[in-house]
Amino acid sequence: MPQHATAATGLRAPSVAARATGLTKVYGEDETRVVALDSVTVEFGRGRFTAIMGPSGSGKSTLMHCMAGLDTISAGSARIGDTELSGLKDRQLTRLRREKIGFVFQSFNLLPTLDALENITLPLDIVGRKPDQEWLELIVGTVGLTGRLRHRPSQLSGGQQQRVAVARALAGRPEIIFADEPTGNLDSRSGAEVLGFLRDSVRELGQTVVMVTHDPVAASYADRVVFLADGRVTDELSAPTPETVLDRMRLFDAKGRTS
Amino acid sequence: MLRTALRNVLAHKARLIMTALAVLLGVAFVSGTLVFADTTANAFRNASAQSLKGVAVSVRAEDATATDTAAPDTATGPEGTSATALDAALARKIRALPGVASVRPTVHGWATLAGKDGRPVNADTNGQNLATNYQPGKDGRDSHYPIKEGRGPAAAGELALDAGSAAKAGYRIGDMVRFATDGPALTKKLVGIVTTDDPQVTAGGTLTLFDTGTAQKLFHHSGQFDEIAVAARPGADEYALADQVQALLPKEGARATSGAELAAEQSAQIAKNTGYLTKTLLVFAGIALFVGVFLIANTFTMLIAQRSREIALLRAVGASRRQVLRSVLIEAGLLGLVASLGGFALGLGIATAMRPLLNSTGARLPDGPLVVTPAAPLASLAVGVVITVLAAWLPSRRAAKIAPVAALSSVDQAPPARALKVRNVLGTLLTGAGVLVMLYVSMLKGTNESNLMAAMLGGVLTLGGVIVLAPLLSRPLIALAGKVTTRFFGVSGKLAKENALRNPRRTAATASALMIGLALITGLTVGAHSAQDAMAKEATQGLTADYKVNYNTVRGLDADAADKIAQVPGVAAAAPVTTAQLDAHGEYAVITGTDPNAFGKVAQLDFRAGSLHDIGPGRIAVSDEFAERAGLQLGATLDAGMGGAMDGGKAVKRKLTVVGIYAKTRAVDDALGTRADVLPYSVAKQFDNLLVKAEPGKAAGLERKIRAALGDSPLLKVRTQEQLVKDNNEKVTTVLSMMYGLLGMAVVIAILGVVNTLAMSVFERTREIGMLRAIGLDRSGIRQMVRLESVVISLFGAVLGIGTGIFLAWAAGGLTATSMHEYETVLPWDRLGSFLGLALMIGVLAAIWPARRAARLNMLRSIQAS
Repeated sequence: MPQHATAATGLRAPSVAARATGLTKVYGEDETRVVALDSVTVEFGRGRFTAIMGPSGSGKSTLMHCMAGLDTISAGSARIGDTELSGLKDRQLTRLRREKIGFVFQSFNLLPTLDALENITLPLDIVGRKPDQEWLELIVGTVGLTGRLRHRPSQLSGGQQQRVAVARALAGRPEIIFADEPTGNLDSRSGAEVLGFLRDSVRELGQTVVMVTHDPVAASYADRVVFLADGRVTDELSAPTPETVLDRMRLFDAKGRTS
Repeated sequence: MLRTALRNVLAHKARLIMTALAVLLGVAFVSGTLVFADTTANAFRNASAQSLKGVAVSVRAEDATATDTAAPDTATGPEGTSATALDAALARKIRALPGVASVRPTVHGWATLAGKDGRPVNADTNGQNLATNYQPGKDGRDSHYPIKEGRGPAAAGELALDAGSAAKAGYRIGDMVRFATDGPALTKKLVGIVTTDDPQVTAGGTLTLFDTGTAQKLFHHSGQFDEIAVAARPGADEYALADQVQALLPKEGARATSGAELAAEQSAQIAKNTGYLTKTLLVFAGIALFVGVFLIANTFTMLIAQRSREIALLRAVGASRRQVLRSVLIEAGLLGLVASLGGFALGLGIATAMRPLLNSTGARLPDGPLVVTPAAPLASLAVGVVITVLAAWLPSRRAAKIAPVAALSSVDQAPPARALKVRNVLGTLLTGAGVLVMLYVSMLKGTNESNLMAAMLGGVLTLGGVIVLAPLLSRPLIALAGKVTTRFFGVSGKLAKENALRNPRRTAATASALMIGLALITGLTVGAHSAQDAMAKEATQGLTADYKVNYNTVRGLDADAADKIAQVPGVAAAAPVTTAQLDAHGEYAVITGTDPNAFGKVAQLDFRAGSLHDIGPGRIAVSDEFAERAGLQLGATLDAGMGGAMDGGKAVKRKLTVVGIYAKTRAVDDALGTRADVLPYSVAKQFDNLLVKAEPGKAAGLERKIRAALGDSPLLKVRTQEQLVKDNNEKVTTVLSMMYGLLGMAVVIAILGVVNTLAMSVFERTREIGMLRAIGLDRSGIRQMVRLESVVISLFGAVLGIGTGIFLAWAAGGLTATSMHEYETVLPWDRLGSFLGLALMIGVLAAIWPARRAARLNMLRSIQAS
């Protein structure tokens, strides 16, 4: 998989890892019709850490689900690398997720029956691929789990569990990692650790990460923040800090109230 | 709390459905049995009332003193022929009593018909083929047997049949009917066809009627009867009449009973007989219910684990432990009640189907309307509710222990896995005790009550112990199975193994349910197979004969039978076989009497000393085993007591010389002598059977010629060695099939248990499944994972069950040694293999629905599910 090599070296850093063009997602029909995403066009740069922000109901999670092939698309296009997602069947989407995408969820990321290492290599086991030992050691070292690999999730703290989840997402060197509120269930210290690792994986390992969050502090770890409201991209911010993010959000809030 | 319980039942309808089905099936079995028992008892009572209609007093000959040893012809007369104390003179005397309206003296016997095509009718259950005397009244007709066609039999050469029998045998009025009462074939002309509602006949038997004189000649001495039924004049008192009749009877050999008393006696006998059948069926219903207990307990454990937050909330807002406990138990009770109602309805169907089913296996149950007493539904409902509540009791105690603070914890926590230490110790003790008892049983001989009790105790302890130990055993066994599934199915196989190991108690309970049924099925199968093997050996070991000839009654073959067969073209040798008891200075043995020359051709004897040809008048051969037991050597002379003990008569002293010693074999008994030396001391003074050897290449088709030579009686059996083995096997196979059927319900409930466990597991692991789908496991992978978990659990149960079953069968097998000398445990590998295959199939089938559900889960909703 050449893209892994290039992603790792970061040579094609300015290129696009995923792109949505006029992406629309509609739930229900007629009277119960809800437009969750209204013709969203957005690009996620390769080797970049992008945060998607917005109030609840803004469509940020839906955008992630559609981009990650977890949900179907009503109209428009979503691409991961060169692959167009719209029109793919369940089987093809599963294959795409398995081969090109890594996931970190808010909670319940791990299988309680498997130990940390088995959880990390689970995506590779599903494909039936042998893990690249060097890479595995590198990410395990990066997320600081050396020595805890034989522990079961129940023997790990919440922060450690999320670090296992990050390591798992990295294990297959996916084209892109989607993280859905990865620090939602963690205290601020553990949350900071996990976010640090996500950032490191981008800066040091050349991975691409897209994270959905509603926490300005979490968003400030990203290279770029995309703001969503009512299913539309309303703004974006480069090199964010918690303060600049919070300011933008206040602005939306005010706009929302007056309109 | 009732409202909470009711809401919970309704809210969890789908999840409770397997549990409800299990209770329903168990209760259906119980209620079906109870209703069937009432129905059968009622049908029997109706039949008995029918036969006693109009009988004020019945005078019956009593067996014990009926045999007139003085009569010279009794000894050689046909079996069942005996003199009775009832004769025509007595009947006349009874008729003359003031209260008596009429008397009906009857003769009973059996007659088996040969069909018009020569084939015997119903010969295998010849005890069902009734024969009696036709007694025309003043109008020339017998009111008991209304004539349908023709007339009643009136002469020695005539008979009548009931319509069903005539149709079955293919006879019409005027035909010559061939039949046999105990041995040789007889022929009489069919003059009448009657109708009857005798329960034996409606249940598949035949009825043959003779005129009184002929019936007496066939079954008794002239002028004697088995029974005199007395009808009273209106107003006469039955009991007083019975006393008057009794006064007329001889002191011994007959008894007068009033109709009412007789009805009560028969009723008690019926209750006893049906009670036995009911008990047997209830044991199997109990097994099915017991298996259901595991399923119910599993369900409530899971429900409570899922609801722990909810229960904690109830506790936090002030519900007491008792209230929580009660709420869960009420929930269980409601479930039990609803399921039991359904079960009772299904039970009515089972009760209706039971009679034809049992009759097809040879039971003789009369027909009658379905009888539902209030006790049946009440008992069924009580059983269903009590079982469900009891099974839910342990889980509900766990629910009551949930602390209110659990409501506040933000994360779902699996209930802490309680240590299995106590359980393992208890299981080891139970299993150890069970195994010890069974080892002790394996050294016992004979099926007396105390031995059977010991075997039962050992079996229950062993099974119970293995059930308690199952969680411990699950780890190594499932890990082993997991190696295979991981190797062949990759990550799905690995996850399946991990899931099966996740909750050892639940896995063990699910597998145990299957284990119980399979342990019993395996035990019975191994026992039956070993018994068949032993019987085959006993029937054919050492025999080189092509045919064995005997009557299908206790009656033996006449002395000239061997000579008749020897003259049949194609017959090389015909050896008649008779047996008698031999008392060698206090060592008892059985001696076979035969024609030594012919016998050498029909059996393989391995002589250690002397030879077959040395046997002659006063000269016998003995088996090495008996020689050693009695201290006999070649050339020894013994003062033998011949005959006697067996039929209560005295033994006769004979001087015998031992001229041969042969290796013990099933083909002969302990000793072998000439027919002339043995026959006079045999019980019936007849030959038990004949062994026939055909000339080379002439064996095929010889059967018909042999039959013809002996008069082709419908009771005559001419069987090859294969047929002998097959006939033996059939009896065992019939019983075994019935057991399979009865245990089938337990297996079906166990399958529901597997489905239930999987469905619940899928529900519990919704988020995991969603996550697995997200990171790339496709639908078929999810399906495979659930399916393999199901298969692993089923196979675990099967291995435990089959293993335990084999052990129990081996240990208890020795008890049959006294009745089956050649018994040794033989494992039917093909059957055992098919049981494993069955378990595999059960695993795959049970997973169909849960696996589909798991694969169809909406991924996004699953990940976000709480």
